[in-house]
Amino acid sequence: MKNMLKLGVAAAALAVATFAGQADARTPLTIYTALENDQLGPIKQAIEAAVPDVEVVWMRDSTGVITARFLAEADNPQADMVVGLAVSSLMMFDERGLLASYAPMGAEALRDAFRDDRDEPTWVGMDAYVGVICFNTAEGAAAGVETPTSWQDLLAPEFEGRIVMPHPASSGTGYLTVAAWLQMMGEEDGWAFMDALHQNMAAYLHSGSAPCVQAARGERMAGIALDMRGVQERAMGAPLEVVVPSEGVGWEMEAAAIVDGTDHMELAQQVMEWLTTLEANLVYQQTYAIVAHPDAQNFPDGYPEGVEAALIDNDFGWMAANRERILAEWTARYEAKAAPR
Amino acid sequence: MADLAPAASRAILSRRRGFPVPSENAVAGILVALLCVFLLISIALPLYALLSKSFQNASGEFVGLRNFAAYFANPILVDSLFNSLFIASLSTIIVIPLAFTYAYALTRTCMPAKALFYALALLPLFAPSLMSALSLVYIFGNQGFLRWMLMGNSIYGPIGIVIAQVTYTFPHAVLILVTALGLSDGRLYEVANALGTSKTRIFRTVTLPGAQYGLISATFVVFTLVITDFGIPKVIGGQYNVLATDVYRAVVGQQNFEMGAVVGMILLVPAVIAFGVDRIVNRRQVALLSARAVPYQPGPNRRRDIGFVIYCLVVAVLVAAALGVAVWASFIRYWPYNLSLTTANYNFPRFDPNGWGPYFTSLKLAVLASVIGTTVIFTGAYIIEKTKAFPFARGFAHFLAMMPVAVPGLVLGLGYVFFFNAPWNPLNIFYATLTILVVNTITHFFTVSHITALTALKQIDREFEAVSASLKVPFWNTFRRVTVPICLPSILDIAVYLFINAMTTVSAVIFLYGAQTKLASISIVHMDEAGFIAAAAAMATMIVATSVGVKILHILLDRYVLARFQFWRRK
Repeated sequence: MKNMLKLGVAAAALAVATFAGQADARTPLTIYTALENDQLGPIKQAIEAAVPDVEVVWMRDSTGVITARFLAEADNPQADMVVGLAVSSLMMFDERGLLASYAPMGAEALRDAFRDDRDEPTWVGMDAYVGVICFNTAEGAAAGVETPTSWQDLLAPEFEGRIVMPHPASSGTGYLTVAAWLQMMGEEDGWAFMDALHQNMAAYLHSGSAPCVQAARGERMAGIALDMRGVQERAMGAPLEVVVPSEGVGWEMEAAAIVDGTDHMELAQQVMEWLTTLEANLVYQQTYAIVAHPDAQNFPDGYPEGVEAALIDNDFGWMAANRERILAEWTARYEAKAAPR
Repeated sequence: MADLAPAASRAILSRRRGFPVPSENAVAGILVALLCVFLLISIALPLYALLSKSFQNASGEFVGLRNFAAYFANPILVDSLFNSLFIASLSTIIVIPLAFTYAYALTRTCMPAKALFYALALLPLFAPSLMSALSLVYIFGNQGFLRWMLMGNSIYGPIGIVIAQVTYTFPHAVLILVTALGLSDGRLYEVANALGTSKTRIFRTVTLPGAQYGLISATFVVFTLVITDFGIPKVIGGQYNVLATDVYRAVVGQQNFEMGAVVGMILLVPAVIAFGVDRIVNRRQVALLSARAVPYQPGPNRRRDIGFVIYCLVVAVLVAAALGVAVWASFIRYWPYNLSLTTANYNFPRFDPNGWGPYFTSLKLAVLASVIGTTVIFTGAYIIEKTKAFPFARGFAHFLAMMPVAVPGLVLGLGYVFFFNAPWNPLNIFYATLTILVVNTITHFFTVSHITALTALKQIDREFEAVSASLKVPFWNTFRRVTVPICLPSILDIAVYLFINAMTTVSAVIFLYGAQTKLASISIVHMDEAGFIAAAAAMATMIVATSVGVKILHILLDRYVLARFQFWRRK
């Protein structure tokens, strides 16, 4: 009996000791991010290889959630850096003085649009993603629906209850798409278009990937989602067409910044330096078609043609300044109508 | 226990050196005080923080009922309230008769393989609630193999939520009803039969009244579980909003803590009512069985027994399928276009930034909650039940220990956010750490473990303490040498109960995890949210495999190892 007890206590103590003893000499940097899940592993590895003193600790959620969380913690910031978040969100943070200024040396080599060209820059661009339509051709053929080629095509009655799109308050892809419609069509026509689209919408999902994944699995016929998820699902064998609507597509840049007041300023600056290198851009390039460094540009197989030509002339300042107003209007229009049923 | 051993050895040492032994009352007093402090911090103060938050605005000023007024002025949120009530009522109405019939078959018939059927019914206890929702997507989703059965209706919405909730709450109802139907006085049936009473009349006048308290209790438990469950509507609710997903969206998505607190308070209402009713019911239940009652022994009845076997088989297969389909789907390469089998979905780094990390964090949490929780709870129960000093403090500790059962996980988690993340609170260094997850998990499941420990302790004659006292043996020696060895089976029950619940819980911890402490169950929510449903099913499978593995280990240990030490129990 006694031996049993002793054995049990010893085993428990050993377990506790093993768990407690996993100390690490590196400095953990808490980095808030909205990068896609499958991108985080390679980027973490590459950062840790380039800056060996750093242990990357991701706090990942969708763009809207990370933005809300960061703003809510403004008085007592939990993050050391923000990496891979929509630049329109970073501009909001900057407006409130939550970001530290830093000019990485490598930024010179990046494309103009991906540089913060003020005297005291706070962010540096990494990559861009585009809001496109993922269309399941197998489901389309079964239902006799042709591949759409424009946003207007999605208003056809055959799509009723068969489209999903990301919720703009949660997802960066959702917000960039809504913002693009409003910029392209003008406020009045933009909202009228969304009113009509709402009639066909099966659900507003809380991720920029999920609509495409659901379309790929045939769970839905079409999903508005970020470009690369469609390319990847197609590569995995889904009967999927990635459509670049003829009117033009919205896009958002993802950028990195240092949080003002971090305890690890020097390490964060080293990470910022690395994030602007060609090497880093080659890592982004594995999962993004459009990246900041011109030499890393390389469209993957299966990437739809004409995306760059279709990109709208996007005003990030407008997106940042109007974010709260647009989301409030969107919520008032569609959440109220979507909730019962 | 671990904290008592040094005290005991110190006592022996000090006696050898001729120092006075610390007084038993002092030690007991310190332990009672520690228990009270722990429970105050882990349950009372977080609840108070939630309460006060619901009466404050964003800058912390008292605004009276304004938050509640804002809530009821918002038609979307009020719809959620009615949706939640509808879902919870419908699930309860379906699950109670199903579970009652099943429990009846287990207790009042002579059907074969009762143990197997009982085990199958309890299977959902070992899985996170949302696992059955994942299965439903594969069964009834737009590409589901039984989609035609929905006749054009969508599984994303009330239909899916109710089916998944029925599966999830079924074992909870069966557990309660088996106990209720097991407590019956066979003499009543003998008399009724002797008087030639018809079968239906016996059922109506003897069986049902005998089980009524169990039925009431099960009804409230199921209703509360459904209305506060977050995982199922998150996965399969579609655009159908319920209170639990509203809380999540308000707190995580919009960081609107005041509105989260209001919904939390609303969710507390049915749980508190259920708790009150349960206390009343328990008090009356005692009077039902007199000391002279004879347990009812069902006699064989071929037709009845075959009927119940068929019924149980159908229900058990459905329950097992609700989990099994997700397990099967986790091995499929690309549903529905490529059905070849693969383990690629278990390559979690592809789907979640933390990869396998959340699984091991969950394991760590489960082990710590189990070891620390069992020690605290059993020692606490011993102090409350067996020591004599400080009756008021012991009563207060018992009162606090009974509180967590009335607090749904989601509400407890919210309270923790408000209490442990408050800027004025020095304990906020623990926010988002494993420590807070361990404390939260122990507290969440404190009451049931506490009652288990008390029941075991009550079976031990108080004579042991009396004899020890007269022999001048301090109570900690009695505890170590007598009480713990006798209660070892119950201690193990508590440890396994805490372990399994720590592995499966979603709602309590969804607000509390941090960058380095994400749990497997939360990882499932995130992977499903990103559309990686097969990977979500794979992680759920890992949780089930682990919990079932631990349970099997528990049964083996109980049967083959502990049985040897418990030999004296047999007559």
